[in-house]
Amino acid sequence: MIQSIDHIAIRGISNAVPKKTVYTRDYDYISEAERKLLIKTTGIESRRVAEEGICASDLCFEAAEKLLQELNWDKASIDIVIFVSQSSDYYLPATAILLQNRLGLNKSTLAFDVSLGCSGYIYGLNIISSMMSSGILKRGLLLVGDISTNSTNYKDKSSFPLFGDSGSATALEFDQIAKPMLFSMGSDGSGSNAIIIPGGGTRNKFNENSLTEEIISEGITRHQLNIILEGLDIFNFSIKEVPKNISSLLSEASKTVDDIDFFVLHQANRIINETIRKKLKIESEKVPYSIGQYGNTSSGSIPLTIQTELNHILMSGNHRMILSGFGVGLSWGSVMLSTSSLTIPKLIEV
Amino acid sequence: MITITEFIQKLEEEFDDIEQNSLTPSTNYRSIENWGSMHALIIIALVDTEFDVSLSGADLKNTQTIQDLYDLVVSKK
Repeated sequence: MIQSIDHIAIRGISNAVPKKTVYTRDYDYISEAERKLLIKTTGIESRRVAEEGICASDLCFEAAEKLLQELNWDKASIDIVIFVSQSSDYYLPATAILLQNRLGLNKSTLAFDVSLGCSGYIYGLNIISSMMSSGILKRGLLLVGDISTNSTNYKDKSSFPLFGDSGSATALEFDQIAKPMLFSMGSDGSGSNAIIIPGGGTRNKFNENSLTEEIISEGITRHQLNIILEGLDIFNFSIKEVPKNISSLLSEASKTVDDIDFFVLHQANRIINETIRKKLKIESEKVPYSIGQYGNTSSGSIPLTIQTELNHILMSGNHRMILSGFGVGLSWGSVMLSTSSLTIPKLIEV
Repeated sequence: MITITEFIQKLEEEFDDIEQNSLTPSTNYRSIENWGSMHALIIIALVDTEFDVSLSGADLKNTQTIQDLYDLVVSKK
């Protein structure tokens, strides 16, 4: 579905990552040859891993504090805060409400969570912009991030070496003269088993067997609370849906690849993203990567890539970008938007 | 459509952990040293970008040799 949302400007983007760096070359569960091929195929040299006790909300909190400070926004001026993540603090209450209190926002603030992963940044932008575009809510904070590393099993080579942790904050404001954002979104629940944590929810409740490890195949051992990644299914889904989705945005806007300054893709892995890039015939200079240093940071990967790869460019002038998120659900979405002199504080390490 | 010799060359370039000219049409590609899911991804990506042909995991499971793989791509082209 294609949607145009008016009157919303992005003012700034900020990110926080854990201090602890883990290197793929040290992942000794697999052979050296496998490690080499893994680095070449996924592009992941290192990633940031949260220490026990650090939640996605902690990273988003730090990112938000810093961003509000640099924008010089009064906390009382924030009307809405949305937390998009699949690693919330608790089953309940919603983490966004905890963050309303922690950030010292007004009690009149709308606060709620959205449960999405790799497509979450685009869905979050869509939801918050839709809610703000009538002009009643003037300023909003979109907090997006995940701690994915606590769902992976060291003995599962198909997921363990891929994920990193990060949290972001994006500041949005109602602005009569802001250029429209154009969204194209999609969902396909028939592919839900491609990326899933099967246990611990209400379908398969936590029980005495939840933590029992099972050997799935050579190099893949995990339990019910670990994430399952079906690499080939994800690959095929991504290279089929994402180029189609981005092309539909371009054609709706009567634009070509040449009219877009940057395409910021969810950092799934290098081979997926390169295949998407080649299918769309986009020059490599327009497709930045943060995956080499930070891994696949799930919902946080798009804002993190903007921060680490484009901050100096986006902090001045006007730029037209397409952002695209895709993965767990299956769920996907792309947005074409324009930025103007964004505020991007220095990357925070927690 | 490229010939099977060119197809093999491209595969050898992508799998940079194997020696050049070590693959032939009758090679069972699963017997490549350290064969794993990453190699499968590399094949699917190569076929998709070079030939605009989508292969599923099930498609791959039905092939053994590089000749089988090549024939499958040709049949889907």
